[in-house]
Amino acid sequence: MPKLTIDELAKMRDRTRRTMVPREGGEFRAKINVHMGTCGIAAGARGVMTALLEEVEKRSLQDVLLTSSGCAGLCSREPMMTVEMAGRAPVKYVNLDPAKAREVLDKHVLRGTVVREYALGVGSEKTDV
Amino acid sequence: MAEVATQKTYRLHLMVCAGTGCVSNHAFEIKTALEKEVKKHGLENEVTIVPTGCNGFCERGPILVVQPGNIFYQQLSVKDVPHLVEEHFLKGRPVAKLMYVPPAEKTPVPVLSDIPFFKKQVLIALRNRGLIDPEKVEEYVARDGYKALAKALFEMSPEAIISEITRSGLRGRGGAGFPTGLKWQLVRGAASSNGGGKYIVCNGDEGDPGAFMDRSILEADPHAVIEGMVIGAKAIGATAGYVYVRNEYPLAVARLGVALDQARSFGLLGRDILGSGFDFDIQIKRGAGAFVCGEETALIASVEGRLGEPRPRPPYPAQSGLWGKPTCINNVETWANVPVIIDRGGAWFAGIGTATSKGTKVFSLVGKINNTGLVEVPMGISLREIINDIGGGIPGGKAFKAVQTGGPSGGCIPKEQIDLPIDYESLAAAGSMMGSGGMVIMDEDTCMVDVARYFLSFTQDESCGKCTPCREGTKAMLDILTRITEGKGKEEDIVLLQDLATAIKDTALCGLGKTAPNPVLTTLRYFRDEYEAHIQRRKCPAHVCRQLNVYTIDPERCLEKGKGCDLCRRNCASDAISGQKGQAHAVLQEKCIKCGVCADVCAFGAVKVD
Repeated sequence: MPKLTIDELAKMRDRTRRTMVPREGGEFRAKINVHMGTCGIAAGARGVMTALLEEVEKRSLQDVLLTSSGCAGLCSREPMMTVEMAGRAPVKYVNLDPAKAREVLDKHVLRGTVVREYALGVGSEKTDV
Repeated sequence: MAEVATQKTYRLHLMVCAGTGCVSNHAFEIKTALEKEVKKHGLENEVTIVPTGCNGFCERGPILVVQPGNIFYQQLSVKDVPHLVEEHFLKGRPVAKLMYVPPAEKTPVPVLSDIPFFKKQVLIALRNRGLIDPEKVEEYVARDGYKALAKALFEMSPEAIISEITRSGLRGRGGAGFPTGLKWQLVRGAASSNGGGKYIVCNGDEGDPGAFMDRSILEADPHAVIEGMVIGAKAIGATAGYVYVRNEYPLAVARLGVALDQARSFGLLGRDILGSGFDFDIQIKRGAGAFVCGEETALIASVEGRLGEPRPRPPYPAQSGLWGKPTCINNVETWANVPVIIDRGGAWFAGIGTATSKGTKVFSLVGKINNTGLVEVPMGISLREIINDIGGGIPGGKAFKAVQTGGPSGGCIPKEQIDLPIDYESLAAAGSMMGSGGMVIMDEDTCMVDVARYFLSFTQDESCGKCTPCREGTKAMLDILTRITEGKGKEEDIVLLQDLATAIKDTALCGLGKTAPNPVLTTLRYFRDEYEAHIQRRKCPAHVCRQLNVYTIDPERCLEKGKGCDLCRRNCASDAISGQKGQAHAVLQEKCIKCGVCADVCAFGAVKVD
């Protein structure tokens, strides 16, 4: 039976808290919105979402919010996602696949450099969630 | 061994309300349907489904809150689930038709925190509401659970804990409002005879009609109560504790049992808690649902396995309680407040509320109110804010008439006092009491004599019969009230009721009897005209007491609107209606048994009640 010590209690708190971040509201460093219309899903948006989720989990990112929304109206360029860094204009990425999505997360979200070769444009729609 | 919470990251958390209200509305079926649909779309690694305690907005159950985003879905049914999962959880398009639309408005309010019901609430006892799975200790811990316990065990002396509670100004949430710090100090200072030992008891015997605060806390956040009790145990020097809870609360009993097992297996309860050397364990004692067992001496008798009857005080349980040992009894909500006070400090807690009533209070809002549910509000908030802003007012455009606080021991507060601040002293001055937090709202269609009769019938029924004033006195009062509502009231009845009430208050053995006359006294104080109408004019102004009603048929309306439809005559069980199809009908008063069926069936409003 794992009887806790006071340090282990604190560790349990930190470990579990990480998984509960989405429930707490508050501010996020970045929001990544994967477009999940029928067109997006057909073009492989689910794989993009899975890859991002794996990265977020692997890197224990507590301030990156993953969300989904409907078709963005540019079905020929799916899968797409919108990256919105706090206080910055959102950037739309097009024709993604899991590897490209991981790259965007690494370069844009974590290091602040927009990956221009996958980007459609800067300053389009904002997401609410 | 207790299940270790998954460390996996999910992008969506579906918080399904699994309090008793929503569960009785098929919340678990909805949860199963969600799991099935989520799996069908292959979302099981992206979306997690979390059963939580009571969300509070019971009127709108079954409830699902989606995080992140705090999107509030309400009145769900199993058939809504496939569409919801595909649209929102897969494609990211929130479903407006399942959202809350405030009465008399057209636009849905998607986000929980924008809904008026939630806006004025301040959560301390209900701090984890809708945010944790009550059966996972890890989730309680993640929200600073057992942090106060660690502080109390390793950094604080018993005296320091007691002075922190005293500084907070916390008073008992079970009804009487006795200062908690003072109670702890008395138990700590009490000498324990024959071999030592002291006890902690949690009073979860919630018996007021329409009250469900304690049940909800035990179901939603059992570890908050356990942690409070362990801190209390260290403060007073107890080694064993009991939670007395009604067997009619199966979900509360089950979740508390799970929580106790988990706490024990992680060393948060039992021997050598957190390696501090402090021992304390808790047992559940299930009660059979007798109202009098909420009274502390009767509760103690029941825990000991004796008949649940009160005994005279003193000695108080603080000197001689369970098995003759000094015993600290506090209510569920009081215990749930303790960890926050220790964690954040007594001064912080004392910063909320009024001069004499600190912190918050949980109320169950029931009766003629739009937003039935469980609310936690800061002390000092007005009745008006609770009823109109949080409660959303009275349904059907009816007028507010009175509110009963404190259950059968409390009293009715009339609409003239709607700006009364909610604190122990104001409620007592109005003739009522804080009680454990039941709040029954009444509208203009309520007969206050009938209300008094109802509460008296409850206390008379629940009277244990040990002392004469309560056993015979409440019976005599009930007989008089019944007589009045049947139109047989006598001129001297009001004085007689007042005399009996005073005598019972002065002489009954326990709190049940002492407070039983309160509903009669307050209705006499604020609604004396209604008693007089019943007695002198043989009229019930609200038309509730049917024996006093006179039914007549408006012949013109009957003929013009209803074309003499004859429905009333055919439904009359006592042949008390004359006329035939196509003619105007009339009530034969000498035959009428005042059942009211004619008024119920008439679709044209031709039957008048006076």
